[in-house]
Parts: sequence; structure tokens; C-alpha cells
Amino acid sequence: MTFHNARRRVTSVVMTGLCTFSVVLALIPVVMILTFVISKGAGSINWAFFTEMPKPVGETGGGMANAILGTLTLCGLAAIFAVPTGVLSGLYVAEYHGTRFASIVRFAADALNGVPSIVIGIFVYAIAVLPFKQFSALAGGLALGVMMIPMIMRTTEELLRLVPVSLKEGALALGASHTRTVFTVILPAALPGILTGIILAFARIAGETAPLLFTSFNNRFWSTDVTQPIGSLTVQIYTYAIAPYEDWHRQAWAGALVLVVLVLTCSLIARLATRRLKRMHVGA
Amino acid sequence: MKLKANVSDLTLRLGSGAFALVLVLIVVGIGWVLWDEARLSVAKFGFAFWSRSHWDPVSGEFGAFPFIWGTLYSSILALLIAGPVAVGIAVFLSELCPEKLRAPLAFITELLAAIPSIVYGLWGIFVLVPAVRSFQLSLPEWMTSLALFSGPPVGVNLLSASIVLAIMIVPYSSSITREVLRSVPVAQREGACALGATKWEAIKVALHYGRAGIVGAIMLGFGRALGVTMAVTMVIGNNPQAKWGLFEPSYTMAAVIANEFREAVEDLHLHALVEIGLVLFVVTLIINLGSRLLIWNITRDRSPKASPTPAAQPEAAS
Repeated sequence: MTFHNARRRVTSVVMTGLCTFSVVLALIPVVMILTFVISKGAGSINWAFFTEMPKPVGETGGGMANAILGTLTLCGLAAIFAVPTGVLSGLYVAEYHGTRFASIVRFAADALNGVPSIVIGIFVYAIAVLPFKQFSALAGGLALGVMMIPMIMRTTEELLRLVPVSLKEGALALGASHTRTVFTVILPAALPGILTGIILAFARIAGETAPLLFTSFNNRFWSTDVTQPIGSLTVQIYTYAIAPYEDWHRQAWAGALVLVVLVLTCSLIARLATRRLKRMHVGA
Repeated sequence: MKLKANVSDLTLRLGSGAFALVLVLIVVGIGWVLWDEARLSVAKFGFAFWSRSHWDPVSGEFGAFPFIWGTLYSSILALLIAGPVAVGIAVFLSELCPEKLRAPLAFITELLAAIPSIVYGLWGIFVLVPAVRSFQLSLPEWMTSLALFSGPPVGVNLLSASIVLAIMIVPYSSSITREVLRSVPVAQREGACALGATKWEAIKVALHYGRAGIVGAIMLGFGRALGVTMAVTMVIGNNPQAKWGLFEPSYTMAAVIANEFREAVEDLHLHALVEIGLVLFVVTLIINLGSRLLIWNITRDRSPKASPTPAAQPEAAS
């Protein structure tokens, strides 16, 4: 009996120990990847990286100014496509939940969220590149936008449903119409949270490469024309990483550092904002 | 007055409904467009497309078996590595961890989901691949003569790809498993403890209660792994062959699309690539919706404070 108990206790200690160990195991890659990106990137980054254009093959130096602009352009275009669609469809699903169409929309959002980004790339290639026979920033933005829509829709829905019912009832009791209630009471109450969700979605799509490969393509020159191919940090990092030039590898690491800092800053801001919002809601 | 309000309410409903319809149309559109763009390949090869191993764009021969093989092999291997770790993390964070450490630890593990695929690829090429290569070279002779450990000493191979994939899917599976464990009623654990169960035995009760949801969480990670493109493309070696060896350079469905799509000049080649994309789309769709159903079954009703969409959590947390 005591032997049996001892065995049970040992098993318990071993198994809980293994669980603790798995956290350590997951921390190893986080720390490793971040230290590598930071140390390699910090050693390679310089002012020219942000201000100069890529040099021709063989010449060292130069930067990724065009790619940084490209990533911002693409994300901006994506936001133009995705924010209205995401917020309004989230609004629909939150306000008319329980209807059959709302569940279909939610189902579609779940589905779209799981679609591999490369498949979205093919889709946008077929609808926005093939007909015009032209890779363009617009197509790249559309591809990123398609990925962004379900993310924004989900956060919008969640946050609208977190708005206390009493607020809504108060507005309705004062004689406001449903539309008025939505636009003057419910949406403003949820707005900070929705913005946070948009920042998070932004952070995720800024790091996407696969859907851009055959939509926005790549461009080694400064480009502000959205109907032309455009460079982006991610595609540029890819091109540089698989090329056999030492100096390009250096720049790829620098690019990765910029990307990681961008993505982590957005995540952190969103994280802190979410925590404050939660506290506000609990207090309310 | 009343009429005006009704009109504006109807406008709101139809207006926002129109945008919601866009979302549905996109999903339907993806399926339809991919089907349409794959028709040449579907018509020419039929089901044989998936069982033939010969992939040669120059002679117009397209068989996708090596890509399916590489995708499944690397993803399943990643799942075997990541599954236990993800469940372990979830158990630690939800059952064992001191309250103060929980939020920061959860944040750090979920950082893994925030790191872009391309950065994993870069790290893979310059850090992991050399490491895997020297690991392979350090293996004793009797091991490398086994089929499982065969392959040229190049470092870009199935094992490297699986390791990268495993790291990438851990945060997804673990955060959803955590959600599932959170929705297991406290009474389950209390009951076990009251009967004199040790800590681990109480955890086992909770795990057993949430098992369907945990399977769902792991499947969701699998679905992610199938579609990872850049990181895998950069470390798997891109060689269309179907072999058992862990050190064999291989190819995946997503990787072949990424590599060849821009260069495909022949219509048939393009359609063959799109057909691969179509299958990727359908398979990930089925896996995703299936696993979400499992997760939803466990988490609904039981946790009134949980968000209405537990499955959307990893995005919100990353």
C-alpha cells in the first residue's frame, strides 16, 4: 500500500515536472530566435539600410528603403480593403447573432482564417493579376486584406458583444433607433478594442510573404504607383536569404530585425491596451 | 418618425449584411476560382495526379505524390514533437503555474505565433540547418545505415522542416488546449482531489474530460502546419522525392507552389500547381472546421466568461 502510494506520488512529481519542462522547451526557441535576430540584425543594421536603395548585385552596401515603403504601402492598402469589411461584418454578426446568415458568416470567417496564405495568393493572382496581366501593389494589398478580414471581424464581434447590455438598453429606452444606438453608443464603446484588434491584424500581415510572391511580386526600385509591382521587406528578405552573397545575408538579418521589432511592438501595444480595456470593463 | 427609424434600421441590417456577404463570397470564390484554374490538370490527369511521382514541367509530366508525401510526413512529425509539448505547456500554465508567472509566460510562448514565417526560415537556413547537419554527421555508422536516418549530409531535409513546423504550431495548440482546460468544471478536479488523488491524477481527470477539445487543438495545429510556406520552403531542400529518410531533402505542396508558380509558363504546369493549391484549401478547410467543432463542443456553455469564440484566441493573444 505504501509502495503503491509512493509510486503514485513519484509519478505525479515526474509528470508535473515534465509539464514544467515543456514550458522551458518552448522558451528555448523563443530566446534563441530573438537573440539571433537581434544580435545578427543589430550588427548589420545601419542608417543606410533605412534610407538607401538596394545596390546592384556584387556591390556591397545599400539598403531596403523601397521595401520598407512597400511593406507600409501594402499594409495600408490591406487595411483599406479589410477594415470596413471586417468591422461591418463583425457588427452584423454581433448585432444579428442567432440568425442563420450570421452563423454562415461566422463559419466562413473561421474557414478563411485557416486557409493557407499561399492559397490566398493563388486566388488573388487569378482575380487581380491575370486579368490585367500585371503584378501590382493593389493585388498584394488585396491578398493581405483577404487575410485581415476574418481577424478584424472576429475581434469586432467579440468586443461588440462585451459592451454591457445596459448601455444598449439605456439608449433604446431613450427612444434612439437601433441604428443610432449602434453608431453613437455601442461602436464608440467598443472602438478602442477594435483598434487594438486592427493593430494586431496589422502585425500579422506585415510578416506575410507567401501571398505576396505572385501578387505584388518584387521591385528593387522606389515605387509609389499602386498599379506596378512593389517591393516588400518580407519578399526582399527571402530573395536575399536564398542568394549566395554575404552582404545580402547581412541585409536579410537587418530586415528580419526591423520586421520582428515592428511585429513585436504592435503585439505588445495591443497586449497592454487589451489589459487596460479588460480592467475598464470589469470596473464598469 | 417610427417609419424613418425602421428604414434606417433596415439600412443598417442590409448594409452591414452586404459586407458580411463579401466574406462568404470570398470563401466560395476561392474554391470556385481554384477549381476553375485547375481544370486542365484535373481533366488530363484525374486522380492519377495524386499517385504519380514524376514531376517534370519540361516534358509536361505532373504527378503530385512527392509533395503530398513531404507535406504529410513533415506535418505529422511536427505534430508528434509539438503535440506533447503544447499539452504540457497548457497543463503547466493552467494547473501548476503560480498566478504571477502565468500572464508573462503565456505571452512569451505566444510570441512564437507572432514571429513571421520568413524569420523562422531565415533562422532555419543559418542556424538550424547547420545544426541538423552536424547532428547527422555525428550519428554512429549503424544508425545512418538505417533507412530512417538515410540521406545526404546537406542539412536541408525533412527533419529541419519538421522542427521549424513544430516550433511554429506549439503556440496555437497550447493556447487552445489552455482554453479547453479552463472550461473543465472545477468540480471535476475537486472531486478527484477529494478522493485522494495526487496532483497529476487530478490533472489526468481534467485532461480526460477535455480530451475531444484537446484533440481539436492539436488538429488545428496540424492544419496550420500543412499550409506553412516560407519557413518550410527555405529548409526542406525542395527535392520532389518520397522517401522515409529523415535526412532526405523533400518538397511540400505549399513550397512547390511558392517556387514554381511565377515561372510556370505552360498552362498545364500552372493548372497542376493550382490543383495542388485546391487540395491544400479543401484539406485545411476540413481539418479546421472539424477541429473547431470539437473545441466548440467542449468550451461552449461551460465557461460563461470565456470569449464567444475560443478558437479565435491565439490571434488575439499573439
